[in-house]
Amino acid sequence: MMPAQKVFLSGNEAVAAGVRLARPHVIAAYPITPQTTVIERLAEMVEDESLKAEYLHVESEHSALSACIGASAVGARTFTATSSQGLLYMAECLHYASGGRFPVVMMNANRSLALPWNIYGDQRDSLSLLDCGWIQVYAEDAQESLDLIIQAYAIAEHPDVLTPMMINLDGFVITHTYELVSLPSQEDVDAFLPPFLTTNKMDLDHPMSLAFTAGPAYNQAFKQLQHQAVVSASKIICEVEERFGQRFGRNYPGLLETLYCEDAEFILVTLGSVAGTVRPVVEKLRSLGERVGLVRIRYMRPFPDTEIRNALAGAKAVGVLEKDISFGYEGTVFTNVNSALMRAKVQPPRLLNFVGGLGGKDISAEDIEQLFLRLKRPDDGETVVFI
Amino acid sequence: MAMNYPVRQRSFKPPKDLAEYPVGIAFPAGHLVETNASWRSHRPVLDAGKCTNCRICWLLCPDGVIHTSKPGGLEIDYDYCKGCGICAKECRQKAIRMENEAL
Ligand code: SF4
Ligand code: SF4
Repeated sequence: MMPAQKVFLSGNEAVAAGVRLARPHVIAAYPITPQTTVIERLAEMVEDESLKAEYLHVESEHSALSACIGASAVGARTFTATSSQGLLYMAECLHYASGGRFPVVMMNANRSLALPWNIYGDQRDSLSLLDCGWIQVYAEDAQESLDLIIQAYAIAEHPDVLTPMMINLDGFVITHTYELVSLPSQEDVDAFLPPFLTTNKMDLDHPMSLAFTAGPAYNQAFKQLQHQAVVSASKIICEVEERFGQRFGRNYPGLLETLYCEDAEFILVTLGSVAGTVRPVVEKLRSLGERVGLVRIRYMRPFPDTEIRNALAGAKAVGVLEKDISFGYEGTVFTNVNSALMRAKVQPPRLLNFVGGLGGKDISAEDIEQLFLRLKRPDDGETVVFI
Repeated sequence: MAMNYPVRQRSFKPPKDLAEYPVGIAFPAGHLVETNASWRSHRPVLDAGKCTNCRICWLLCPDGVIHTSKPGGLEIDYDYCKGCGICAKECRQKAIRMENEAL
């Protein structure tokens, strides 16, 4: 391993650094707060030729992803980035990319959705698009963001997967927070991530019709294959993380991360940067003898259902803390966790859904302590609790 | 090949199970499975007397259904022509007329 460099980067800058190391051929993006600095850095890298890529200035997010799909269809490695309204504007193309099996890698800065207009972080943008066929992962900090970009190409481009991948960073909390980040050497990344090779591309020597129609007789089979591919990504993610750990010395725990779940009675399940707030609270309560724990979901698709069941098997009460609400029911993460537990043939723990952080509303360490207290209180019949 | 009478008889073998489906929605070029579903409203009609054989229409036809294999002139394959009218619009000699066939 070549010596890694320590650099002080924001989450967005860490993403840009990761993208440069992954050597994409084409970058197409449209600026939107809080994603903008990712593509500003990338534009600078292309201009100073430290990144040899085609940088496409497009007129919208819809075009950004369309351009990436087109480039991917000739076998190019592609990158785009967006956020919030921009992600929704891409929605049609998200399905095109996953249906066509084009392994585009995208960074999404999680941000609230209008109205009321607001540029701060919550996760309603990406979670409302959970069904678009993309692999979805949520980072906790800048280092993980950088590492995920490099891993994303290895996962998305794997022949068993060939599925686009969305790396989510909480708006501002991760995108704009500066941290010390270990920057791998280009040599190591090149050895880890060989060039993208695919047969699913336009090729003069093997002319094919690409991205065409499939009527009722054949359509569902393609959808089944898509589902299989995302399911099989679970295994590939673990393999890629293992290879990553061997080469770069940073190990990742797979689809989810657990803290003290082996003997925890009260567990908070969450995702993204707020896990960084929960962690010290768990440590503090542990030092006071409380049997509390944390599950940080990293991947929402593929969903870690077995891992969730294992982690929560012994808990008395579980709170799912998320920056999302499916109006009229409950948070989407909660629905997924609940479904995973229902498949376990054991009595599930009491489940509460804590909905918070919408439109950037702060979630403090004190709030987290209150959530653990709430989990200990007897059931009052309430499931969805806004905090 | 698609530009000149594709081998229409090349048989399309429907996939038997999931393993026979391609990864990505792709299929080797050269297969034409069904003729157009008679939704064409205007058909291009070529006036061989005006045609200079410049082949602009052949080049620009989006469906590659203008064929050059016929000795002495072009031939439009009405089985696959969708009636878009691009050939007529692009022909500088005005040798292609769009004839209403929906009446
Ligand atoms: S464009 Fe007009 S002149 Fe040229 S080959 Fe076609 S029909 Fe003939
Ligand atoms: S009408 Fe359109 S499809 Fe038909 S021959 Fe002319 S250009 Fe081709």
